[in-house]
Amino acid sequence: MKLVSAIIKPFKLDEVRDALTGVGVSGLTVSEVKGFGRQKGQTEIYRGAEYLVSFLPKVKIEIVVDDSQVERAVEAIQKAAHTGKIGDGKIFVTAVEQAVRIRTGESGANAL
Amino acid sequence: MPKTMAIDTGDTAWLLVATALVLMMNIPGLSLFYAGMVRKKNVLATAVQAFAVAALVTVLWFAVGYSLAFTDGGAVMEVIGGLSRAFGAGLHGATHALAKTVPENVFLMYQATFAIITPAIIAGAFAERMKFSAMMWFMGIWLLVIYVPVTHWVWGGGFLGRAGVLDFAGGLVVHLNAGLAGLVCALVLGKRHGYGHEYMAPHNLVLTLIGTSLLWVGWFGFNAGSALASGELAGFAMLNTHVSAATAALTWMAIEWASRGKPSVLGVLSGAVAGLGTVTPAAGYVEPWAAMAIGLAAGAVCYWMSVVVKTRLGYDDTLDVFGVHGVGGILGSLLVGVFATSAINDVRNGQPVGLVDGRGEQILIQLYGVAVIGLYTAVGTWIILKIVDFMVGLRVTRDEETEGLDTVLHGERVQ
Repeated sequence: MKLVSAIIKPFKLDEVRDALTGVGVSGLTVSEVKGFGRQKGQTEIYRGAEYLVSFLPKVKIEIVVDDSQVERAVEAIQKAAHTGKIGDGKIFVTAVEQAVRIRTGESGANAL
Repeated sequence: MPKTMAIDTGDTAWLLVATALVLMMNIPGLSLFYAGMVRKKNVLATAVQAFAVAALVTVLWFAVGYSLAFTDGGAVMEVIGGLSRAFGAGLHGATHALAKTVPENVFLMYQATFAIITPAIIAGAFAERMKFSAMMWFMGIWLLVIYVPVTHWVWGGGFLGRAGVLDFAGGLVVHLNAGLAGLVCALVLGKRHGYGHEYMAPHNLVLTLIGTSLLWVGWFGFNAGSALASGELAGFAMLNTHVSAATAALTWMAIEWASRGKPSVLGVLSGAVAGLGTVTPAAGYVEPWAAMAIGLAAGAVCYWMSVVVKTRLGYDDTLDVFGVHGVGGILGSLLVGVFATSAINDVRNGQPVGLVDGRGEQILIQLYGVAVIGLYTAVGTWIILKIVDFMVGLRVTRDEETEGLDTVLHGERVQ
């Protein structure tokens, strides 16, 4: 099993969700996050007071998938979240040791 | 005070409505205008100031404030009134010399709303760092020691009104007065911790937009109501108010757009308030074209003071009480000397009034009013702050300021 975490532009969330459903991913977790990468922050000005806002709002999605699904899932996210402009985000893949479905107690790939 | 004048139902109806409009400017207008501009941790503490001041001032005004401002002071009439209307005494069948066709109880109420909003405006200058206890003490003392005598000098039969100083609806009494007091508060209390390098952006400008809109509409009661009668003069005052507000909003927007690249929401709102404050002393004395010129000047000068000069001088007038109200009040009061005309308001019995009538002297008279009130307010506010600081301390501690006034002072939060 692998955990796929992706930081994407907030307005791309629906497209990414549809793409993942399309490749058989059956659930995902979404968080609103802030951060910075190569995309620099924005300047806000209030009556002459300038603030450089260096942390921009992003959406983080997390899915856990079977090893055989990883490549398709990553590709689906990469295509759906892509605009070609700086700030599109990143995808991280990490190994997952165990998964348990709370309702039934099933574990491993059966819990996904 | 004459007790037998005929009451005019039209005049009375308009003053009753205008009274409600001016109270609406303060709660919730000013309350929301300010609350939207502070950080989320200080929303409630900021919003409640105008509300608590409304209650405090009402009681003080009813007790002695109105009487000291607007009744006969006998031997000391030049500087202060008497106590004949203390606690609403003698109102049965009474009218006031300034509004002979309206029951005096309505006049007292109408003036109460002005007494409420003037100190409440000051609160924007020390927002996000003053103790609630200190704020209440300051407001109560300031009302009685500064607002009441100044009102008497200009409107209540005191020496400034007698000298010919013109202030239609409160450029001197309200806006210069509150604006300068705000500047002194900002200087005495000092900057907020982190000012200039921490993120202190307004948390919700929609609240500020709603507040500004309520102020704009309420200002019709403030300025057109100051005709103290229903009729053509009230109509001109309303038209002038509206034209000036709109012109100043566009002016501020245009300057900001050209110099910073974007027309900000806070900018257009600030411009409107600047135009409203600046036209206040002139609303019932000038032609509508002059109101447009006043709005143009208001947008440009208040922008320059709030955005350019304040940043350079480095004082922390949190919500620009001085830059918008103080500067607007001074500017508008001086422009009365330029644009006041007997064609709109024949205050000199057929004689020319302002520079447009060919009489430059009114500008000097206006300058005299600005100087006297400015000096009195600045020095008086400084002394009151020192007294309150000695009594209860003015500022919350640094840790409390970091945590936010909502939880520290009131034990509540917005969410």
